[in-house]
Amino acid sequence: MLSAEAAGWFLEHAWLIPLIPGVAFAVIILFGHYEVNGKRVLPWSGAEVGIASMTAALVLAVGTTYQWIHHVRGVAEAEPVTKSWTWWQSGGLRFGLGEHIDGLAVMLLLLVTFISTLVQIYSLEYVRGDRRYTHFFASLTLFSAGMLTMVLAENMVQLILGWEIMGLCSFLLIGHWWEEEANSRAALKAFLTVRVGDVGLMVGTAIMFGASGTFTISGLQAWANNPSTGHTVLLWAAIALFVGAIGKSGQFPLHTWLPDAMAGPTPVSSLLHSSTMVVAGVFLVARLYPVFHAGLLINVAGQHFNLIAVIGGITVLIAAGLAFVQNDIKKVLAYSTVSQLGYMMMGLGVGAWVPAVFHIFTHAFFKCCLFLCAGSVAHTGSHHSFDMKKDMGGLAKKMPVTFITWILASAALCGVPLFSGFFSKDEIIDSAGHLHYPVFMIVGLIGAFMTTAYMTRATYLTFFGEPRGAAAHFVHGDHAHDDQHADAHDTHDAHAVEPVHGRPLGFAKTDSAALLTVPLLILGFLAVVAGYINAAPFKIHLFESWIHSSIGVDIPEGPTFEWVKALPSIALVVAGFLVSLALCKQVFGTAASRLKGLTQRNPVLGAGHRFLVNKYYLDDLYEKVIVHGIAHPIAAAAYWTNQHVLDGIVNAVGIGGRKTSNWIYKNVDQRLVDGAVNGSGSVARGTGHALQPVQSGKVSLYGALLFASAAVGALVLVLVNS
Amino acid sequence: MDVLQNQQWLLSLGTFLPMVGVLVMLFIPNRDEAMVKGIAVLTAAATLAVGVYTAAKFDYGHAARLQFFTTNAWIRPIRATYTIGLDGISLPLYLLSMVITLLVMVYSWDHVPAPGNPKAFFILMLVLQTGMAGTFIAQDLILFFVFFELVLLPMYFMIGVWGGDNRQYASLKFFLYTMFGSALMLVAFIALFVVTKNNSATPELASFKFQWFIENGGGVAKNTAIWIFAGMFIGFAVKVPMFPFHTWLPDAHTEAPTQGSVILAAILLKLGTYGFVRIALPFLPQAAVKWAPVIGVLAVIGIIYGALGCLAQTDMKRLIAFSSVAHMGFVMLGISTLTTLGIDAALFGMVAHGLITGMLFFLAGSVKERYHTLQISRLSGMLKQMPRLGWILGFCAMASLGLPGLAGFWGEFPAILSAYSPAAGLSQVLFRTLMVIAAVGTVLAASYLLWLYQRTAFGEPTEEFGGHGSHAHAAGAAANPEHHDDIEDVKIFEWIAWTPLLIAIVVFGVYPQLMFKIFDPAVNQLTAVFRK
Repeated sequence: MLSAEAAGWFLEHAWLIPLIPGVAFAVIILFGHYEVNGKRVLPWSGAEVGIASMTAALVLAVGTTYQWIHHVRGVAEAEPVTKSWTWWQSGGLRFGLGEHIDGLAVMLLLLVTFISTLVQIYSLEYVRGDRRYTHFFASLTLFSAGMLTMVLAENMVQLILGWEIMGLCSFLLIGHWWEEEANSRAALKAFLTVRVGDVGLMVGTAIMFGASGTFTISGLQAWANNPSTGHTVLLWAAIALFVGAIGKSGQFPLHTWLPDAMAGPTPVSSLLHSSTMVVAGVFLVARLYPVFHAGLLINVAGQHFNLIAVIGGITVLIAAGLAFVQNDIKKVLAYSTVSQLGYMMMGLGVGAWVPAVFHIFTHAFFKCCLFLCAGSVAHTGSHHSFDMKKDMGGLAKKMPVTFITWILASAALCGVPLFSGFFSKDEIIDSAGHLHYPVFMIVGLIGAFMTTAYMTRATYLTFFGEPRGAAAHFVHGDHAHDDQHADAHDTHDAHAVEPVHGRPLGFAKTDSAALLTVPLLILGFLAVVAGYINAAPFKIHLFESWIHSSIGVDIPEGPTFEWVKALPSIALVVAGFLVSLALCKQVFGTAASRLKGLTQRNPVLGAGHRFLVNKYYLDDLYEKVIVHGIAHPIAAAAYWTNQHVLDGIVNAVGIGGRKTSNWIYKNVDQRLVDGAVNGSGSVARGTGHALQPVQSGKVSLYGALLFASAAVGALVLVLVNS
Repeated sequence: MDVLQNQQWLLSLGTFLPMVGVLVMLFIPNRDEAMVKGIAVLTAAATLAVGVYTAAKFDYGHAARLQFFTTNAWIRPIRATYTIGLDGISLPLYLLSMVITLLVMVYSWDHVPAPGNPKAFFILMLVLQTGMAGTFIAQDLILFFVFFELVLLPMYFMIGVWGGDNRQYASLKFFLYTMFGSALMLVAFIALFVVTKNNSATPELASFKFQWFIENGGGVAKNTAIWIFAGMFIGFAVKVPMFPFHTWLPDAHTEAPTQGSVILAAILLKLGTYGFVRIALPFLPQAAVKWAPVIGVLAVIGIIYGALGCLAQTDMKRLIAFSSVAHMGFVMLGISTLTTLGIDAALFGMVAHGLITGMLFFLAGSVKERYHTLQISRLSGMLKQMPRLGWILGFCAMASLGLPGLAGFWGEFPAILSAYSPAAGLSQVLFRTLMVIAAVGTVLAASYLLWLYQRTAFGEPTEEFGGHGSHAHAAGAAANPEHHDDIEDVKIFEWIAWTPLLIAIVVFGVYPQLMFKIFDPAVNQLTAVFRK
């Protein structure tokens, strides 16, 4: 631990970064609509507070980053800067709230504040006139605050705090237009699915706490690195925590909530999928890497598989597969995110910590950019529809800025050489081979092929070919009632008026407004250049040197870059592009082709297509089988037991008691003891009469009986035991 | 000590002041409603003021020690004494009872349930207050028992007279069930007294003071202790209520008037858990270790079972009632670990549950008042018709499902943590299994609460209540559902009654140390016996 003076002001005060948006949230909620003399205190209904707070946080984050880079210069293993205040005390233990600043935390602080600021600026235009404008900005700000709290968490409880705040905000934001049932269901699904994972997080935290007696990140890292710590407990802790990460980061098999989360406004999707929320799971694994590394025997000789790599690998492929059959542009991107998160997990699973974390960094820019492009297209080009097949096409010329930034970000996502994604993704693939995980290298390569292919398809459908539907200034008569459009809820009040059938719609002549395009340009630029801070081909390892000390455990050296080794992946990217382009032209182009409608004609392909369209039937498994088929009957059965068995006993005892006492009353009391009990009973009956004619008399009779039996019972017990 | 001695009257004043109010109210005619209500609220406020003053005078540096301690002869022949005192365990609950009573009274100002008669209603609430406060300050078993039972009667009448359609059944069941537990508890108390007296070298010193049992309870033979503990267990378990003794609760809650439900949830259930912490555990530690696995298992069954019960409900209030079974399960799980961490969590959980579930019952009452139904399937789009009330409901649902940063979390999460390493002598395998099952319970809690919220608050208001179904969009602004005449948003007395609870939920959630630091020393002293 460093003393306060040595580390620098920004590093010492990094805890302000989440605090500022946290306070801003309260201000927006309380004063967003507050009026004095008929004038709003906040003329922009709270948006300005949100943006100001994110900007302030960004400035602090930049300062922190600068000082951290200064801090690690020339130091082999830089110590984290930690700070903590007592939050609660229990059982002689002290639990803190504070900061744990190291390379990993600094990177995410910068990333989150930067992306959040851009997304909020973008939202100014995107949700203008929304019916819950203030709520939107409040939730968005709190969302960032939650992520930032988690990122610099000094201990596990603080981490859980930030983690759950994000869960809450995702619920609010995904369900932002809760008037429609589909949206509120998606919100519920997101919260509950993540909550299933949270069981793992809580149990894992409890295991670690029980075994190590500490919650602090540094303490837990040291505990995991201690050779005397038992492997079994580490294994269980790692598995439990990883379940939490699976839920949050949308890994197989808990990935099903992520595509549904597209029901929220596009800026939310963008924020949620780039730098906040979904990377939280990856962050958790990266943060407590010693626990996973030791617990799951990562990099131990002869171990070609481990839980993290397997789950990550499966996720890469199944999500990429699903991206092919989506008609909704946002869903393509959503599955793409799931797939990319799979890469990150896989990277961590094979011991490629730095490339995996670097992929968080580069992915944030290009994925945020892609989502905002999709939003820009919907906002300006396709009249709030996200259906690529129905309402897009041929937008490349109409929306040049959006198109160019989309292409740049797509190239980065696909891992085209010299774009940012190439430097991170290719390192993960390369490391998998180098660190003796050959299966996962192949998975990574196949994933790269699929990524390029589905992005080519999405690009073709959106920007090329003939304009269709809304993109052709035309609206379907059945637009709002089409079930295929279950995802096209991205409407808000300004556009709530139902368009008249077939009426051409006027929209901007060139491209979206500057508030939308400027963030796009910034992100598009970064999608290209962000990779150059850790570009292995050019021997640049700046990022690694800044962040290396955060790993917390000794892991094997990564591979050295050779262009020859990168050739397969480059070749597959090219192949993916060409194959996909050819297919798209055949299937979606204007010319007649044998491939059109193939899935309807060929039963095998049709079945495969249906299998994908139904998302491997996982949703059905969860909702129809587990929730409706198992949980509901169990709940009903439990309640039936409650009403008929447990309560039945109670009622039987009550009725039996009444019959017995009636008998006693008739035969014993009235005939024999015409005295004290009878007298007190009638007194009680008299007083009770005013309120409850029948019952009260009996109650006091029961009371008298019970007390008498109590006295007898006490006597028996004493006699027996003495 | 002198200062403490000098203010020993504080507790008696705080406890019996409501009775003074009752006396005054008896002389005021029924028809003078404003006067009746005014005096009642004033009395409750004065009581709370005494409580706050007590809290201010409380020496937090020695929270483990009994303060304002007084002992006087009471019923000499049976050696019952009037012994009272307050320590870190009882102080928060003592204050909570006063706060809840005052807020419930404020809420009652314009919410006296049918069939009216505010005078009787307010008098009953004041009597309840005395019973509740007395239970938390009693340091003598007979005194404790008297207060414990004193609570029953007013609640019985509140349910039986001001309750819903099925009130007679519910109130009788409530009364008899609790009475049944109390009888066994009394057996246990008397037996414990006799046994300890006979065992003691100085039987002439024997009394019903807690101190006597704490000193002599450990000497009771193990089998005897286990039997005596059984009696206490049933008495307290019925009150908590623990599975399978909970069936009185949903009926009582559902039928009770809003005020009754709030007090029941916020304070009355805590008398049971308080009894465990204050009486059963320290008096008979050797039996507590034997019983802890049973308590733990029943607690966790309660968590899952209560949650399943919630999922099967169609009535909002009944759902909230069942959720109490689940939440009290977490409290009992914490207690069953016999560790400081666990019991601290349990005590925090008690207060948090009081605040949160109390709020939920308030909300259910207000929803019922506006819609005249609590059928979940008939309610929809409350956020649209009453945005404020809707958001408050959402807030409370989030607090109830244990969102960190709000009070509910600090009862649940540390309880789960504590189950990983229970006290010496308890099976780790068993408790770790319980921990995992309890953690699964948090998912179920989220399911039923958010399901409730999604169904009632989101969506469009139903046509039945002035909404326009799903066509509202298309129809445009023909008739604005937000201005439906019958359905108002939060009213002034509701704001006054609710705001303190909402603030407390946030404050204790953000800074739990406020409460942990009061419990911790006293609990630590209590669990010392389990650590040896």
